Amino acid sequence: MIAEWPGLAPTRRVLPGGCVVIVKRSPTNPAVTFNVAVRAGSLHDPDGRLGLAHFLSRVIDRGTENRTADRIADELDNAGVALSATTTRHLLTVSCTCLADDFEGILELVGDIVMRPIFPDTEIETRRREIITSIRQDQDSPAVMAVETLFGLLYPDPHPYGRRAKGTVETVDGIDRPSLQEFHRAHFGAPSTTLVVVGDVDESRAIDTAARVFGSWKGSSPVVESLPPVAAPESRRQVAIPMPGKAQADIAYGFTTIARADPAYYDFWVMNNVLGQYALGGRLGDSIRERQGMAYYVFSAFDANVGEGPLVIRAGVNPANVERTISSIDEEVSRMAKEGTTERELAESKQHLIGSVPRTFETNAGIAAFLQTAEYFGLGLDHDVRLRELISNVTREGVTEVARRFLVPSRATITVAGPGDPASR
Amino acid sequence: MVQTGAPSDPLVRSAVLDNGLKVLVRELRTAPLASVWCWYRVGSGDEVSGLTGISHWVEHMNFKGTRNIPRDQVKGIIERFGGAWNGYTWVDQTTYLETASRDALDQMLFIEAERMGSSLFDPEDCESERTVIISELEGGENDPEQLLDIEVTAAAFKAHPYGHPTIGWLGDLRRMTRDDLYGYYRRHYVPNNATLVVVGDVEAEDVLRRVERQFGAIAAGEAQPRIRTAEPAQLGARHVTVAKEGTTGYLKIAVHAPAADDPDFFRLLVLDAVLAGAKGVNLWTSFRSAPPQRSARLYRALVERRLASSVGGALLPTRDPFLYTISATASEGTPLATLEQAASAELDQVVSDGITGQELARAKNQLRARLVFETDSVTNIAHQLGFFETVASPDYFQALWGRLEKVTADEVSEAARRYLRPANRTIGWFQPLPAGSGDHVVAPSGDGAGSPPEAR
Repeated sequence: MIAEWPGLAPTRRVLPGGCVVIVKRSPTNPAVTFNVAVRAGSLHDPDGRLGLAHFLSRVIDRGTENRTADRIADELDNAGVALSATTTRHLLTVSCTCLADDFEGILELVGDIVMRPIFPDTEIETRRREIITSIRQDQDSPAVMAVETLFGLLYPDPHPYGRRAKGTVETVDGIDRPSLQEFHRAHFGAPSTTLVVVGDVDESRAIDTAARVFGSWKGSSPVVESLPPVAAPESRRQVAIPMPGKAQADIAYGFTTIARADPAYYDFWVMNNVLGQYALGGRLGDSIRERQGMAYYVFSAFDANVGEGPLVIRAGVNPANVERTISSIDEEVSRMAKEGTTERELAESKQHLIGSVPRTFETNAGIAAFLQTAEYFGLGLDHDVRLRELISNVTREGVTEVARRFLVPSRATITVAGPGDPASR
Repeated sequence: MVQTGAPSDPLVRSAVLDNGLKVLVRELRTAPLASVWCWYRVGSGDEVSGLTGISHWVEHMNFKGTRNIPRDQVKGIIERFGGAWNGYTWVDQTTYLETASRDALDQMLFIEAERMGSSLFDPEDCESERTVIISELEGGENDPEQLLDIEVTAAAFKAHPYGHPTIGWLGDLRRMTRDDLYGYYRRHYVPNNATLVVVGDVEAEDVLRRVERQFGAIAAGEAQPRIRTAEPAQLGARHVTVAKEGTTGYLKIAVHAPAADDPDFFRLLVLDAVLAGAKGVNLWTSFRSAPPQRSARLYRALVERRLASSVGGALLPTRDPFLYTISATASEGTPLATLEQAASAELDQVVSDGITGQELARAKNQLRARLVFETDSVTNIAHQLGFFETVASPDYFQALWGRLEKVTADEVSEAARRYLRPANRTIGWFQPLPAGSGDHVVAPSGDGAGSPPEAR
């Protein structure tokens, strides 16, 4: 019923210094998207300097050995390019989209930014003010507060998944130029870097350009990422974060789960689709939004990573409906753990996930993100083609088994950020 | 079926069914996908007092089951083909989309035909959706910037229905009935008020045959005139302050702006690029990525001087004159008065001195690039075709770059004088109060304030 997916079949090269380059030509329109991902995520923030990797991502593009911040601004703005640098636990990624004609010049600029930043003091002070404002905005967001508090509870110190990537006002205040330079020296290097290029550019032209920009770069080798083991909580926890001025309460309800490399990954993926994704929030959406009319958004998200990532169920509801919503989540979670999915649910979700593959590749940015992830987890250049089989092989037994192992309401961790129940005020 | 003259975009095949349904098809074989969008020329700008939010609520009800699609299958039909589906409502339009494997084309067309002619509006579903929408509204209120945007927009308009939020006022959402919703649906969801757009790995003649088969039997309805008043000229600056518990101050300055088909619209697009960096004009996708703005005037004056942590400009294509809005987030420790003064000084300067030739060239480079970036998929290309049909014409997007290219620095400077002058401004503050300060107040002040915005 669904057209066969021919496969992306990208080209992959390792440059002399160890930098990996992956290229996929895609001529939908005359533009190119590329991203440079370095194994320099917030996991490497030193104690007492939480937020260092994130801070670096905000200031890395504000001056290099060859270019002032003003010159970088001119080069980007004249070409209509918006550059973004983002951090996750494991990766720091610089990405941008440019017109195909500008590709060489912009890749050279981005290479300069990644390899030779100088972190001018005045730029550090300006970005520090921005970061602190952004931390203060987060403190005013029930959604962010609910999720960050949940992560702190699921991954207690010293596990890095529980720490705030932006750091705190105090730790950000303590970050200076030497600490940024040291982080860059320790974590940026060709062997830690993957460049993915997708767009209207010949593969040979892209690889030649990449070799010219990154070919002679060496830098540091990846630092081994050691993650402490994750212990499932012994009992259920529920924490309220009072935010009296808000109209709506945000609920985050979660468990720790498995790593990306776990063979049960595909079982878990399909199970999560049935539970909280398929057709606007899966079973959770059907109960809490469709049948009970309590929430505009309710869904579950599953993020298996190098370490055992979380499954997080989220909903935004009227403060009077918080307990009813949590009970409904308990009900769906228990039912999934006890009965698994029906044959029909399983078939529909599998078909959906298989059929979604070509749509994931509708944009250059979508292709680039997929290839970057596949490289990071070592899934192979043909992962997009193998997905069909990997998903097809998922069985009801496998799905029920992961649900039984991980979805245990008596061990759930729940956070609620919002104004509190008006009835109990 | 009438084959109409080809629009200026030679890649687009257009036709009109006997019942008035307009159809636009573009073949694009970059992926084995098709994107279907069905556009209705009705939005929150067509709503009257007491029924604000009805267009958006009707949109929600159109995902709740039809005569031939049980409620629990509306979404699954497309998802089984790996598809994505969605919809949105804004001031001039309501739209529904599916993007899925090309093999699902018939299913996508079937859903849209059902949605046009046979939605159920089951009374119980209408009730449960009432609370879902109120939850959507309350979720928006958790965000101080959205709250401020609603108050500033309401203060800027005293006559035109663009002044109320698309989601509606809470009082109207509480009292509207199933009959209100269904009546509105029946009046506006007729083929002669709709445009169907199909883009992707399809064959145009084949698409037109399938469309005729699915939609041909739906009867035309009575044309609904879009009667909208003209907003009277603003005679002086207006100020509105939302004071509420929070951590961060926000500033907005909105000015009345030209409609999409006004020659001044293109000049203001260039002016926005000079002030805040070019975004492009795709509501579905442009605003999801940051604009190139490091050398933009407001970025330099506010962000680089550490008064704001971010600044943005928004000029959206609309059928009637809407707003050009500048938004800034006060950086920690910066009083809103200081931020407002610095932002106003930049606006005053461009009003008095205009823009330079170098700025014009950079702005055009940016706009040219953004127009390319925002048409990077079958979904986004289909959006642009249909969206502009609801505000101007389907040729609009194709002709856009040609019109931008002709804009001169003098024209932009003249537009800056006309639209950014102080008397045309509505200035809004979100003043954060310390935790525990209690309920917020909305305090209109300043000269020339119209009716006070509705306090909620």
